[in-house]
Amino acid sequence: MLISIASGKGGTGKTALTLLLAAAHSDINVVDGDVEEPNCHLFLKPKSEGQRKDVTIMVPNIDADRCNGCGACAEVCLFNAIAITGGKALIFDELCHSCGGCMLKCPQDAIVEQRKSIGVITCGDSTTISSTRLMSGVLKIGVPSGVPLIKAIKKEAQGIVGDVLFDCPPGTSCSMVSAVKESDFCILVTEPTSFGKHDLELAMNITQLLEIDTGVVINKSDGGAGDEAIEAICRNRQIPVLAKIPYSLSFAREYSAGIIANDYQAIAKDIWRQIRPGGRAEA
Amino acid sequence: MRIALTAHGKDFAAAIDSRFGRADYFVIYDQEKDSWDCLSNEQNLEAAHGAGIQAGQNLLKTGAEVLITGHVGPKAFKVLDAGKVKMYSFGDMNGTVEEVLTAFLDGKLTPIVAANAVEVKR
Repeated sequence: MLISIASGKGGTGKTALTLLLAAAHSDINVVDGDVEEPNCHLFLKPKSEGQRKDVTIMVPNIDADRCNGCGACAEVCLFNAIAITGGKALIFDELCHSCGGCMLKCPQDAIVEQRKSIGVITCGDSTTISSTRLMSGVLKIGVPSGVPLIKAIKKEAQGIVGDVLFDCPPGTSCSMVSAVKESDFCILVTEPTSFGKHDLELAMNITQLLEIDTGVVINKSDGGAGDEAIEAICRNRQIPVLAKIPYSLSFAREYSAGIIANDYQAIAKDIWRQIRPGGRAEA
Repeated sequence: MRIALTAHGKDFAAAIDSRFGRADYFVIYDQEKDSWDCLSNEQNLEAAHGAGIQAGQNLLKTGAEVLITGHVGPKAFKVLDAGKVKMYSFGDMNGTVEEVLTAFLDGKLTPIVAANAVEVKR
């Protein structure tokens, strides 16, 4: 079962919940899909198996001898990645989305594709939580889009036998969409604030559009009006609230030191019970 | 020689715009004909990526040989430099297109020899 953990708003507790769920499971794979700032390794402290998989994309390369500056490539590019200047095409591959359109359009056959490395995928066994494996995607600094790397790590994750927790990037843009896509269940972590609620609704729109079974976990629960506002939108959309994790300064303190406290194991076990096929909580 | 200036409006009385890629307009002065022209840069104002590249590309099409602006980003600089456009900065000067053009013709503006806008890494 591939379970994605997303949020909309950043800092609501995706990684904290991922790790709580990992600790409550006897044999689990954690995938850190937040490739712009992966952090699960800070807690799981994996012993590297030495497997580093380079992830590449294809980008165009201009043969200046053949290019006559006709501009067909620049015209077809939707991302302004090609300019015609000084009578030749000039490529800005950091804007390229690897569609290959320019290559098809070039009447001079002056464009060939070449590989460009955008990041790596690393694997290792956790030294802090037993029977837990971690796979992390690390995007190279300066690479503008993590999407191709997220797709690559998602493909690896889908090949894993057993349960997988996929820690997603924040937001509701392309990177989050590609991370939650094709998961069997999506847990949206939110916090009882206006920002949390606003972004939760955006995230709910995404999982609804992708037709992914969804549940909500309210982190930093205030046990009052904030929780109620979140519960109301969950009721309206018939999305179950799987759990409320109380606000705890001591938990946060431990977390900031790279330690997942044992405080909420009962809550994590209860979430597992609910998201198992057949064990779904009703909204 | 055709001289382009980045501006908030369409003519020589408009206030100058220190941005290049996301400038509102390019106001172009033709020295030989002593005439003014204008190119809207509206589409690039909204562009998510590559505004500088596209703006550079559009500017090249106008045949301008000189660009007077505040800051040029690294990608726009590459495009304009390869297109042999000479770039000049009016720095933190305020004023109209006409005033800045006069300053340029008086030799008071500094050439831009490298990208001088900070690239924001996303």
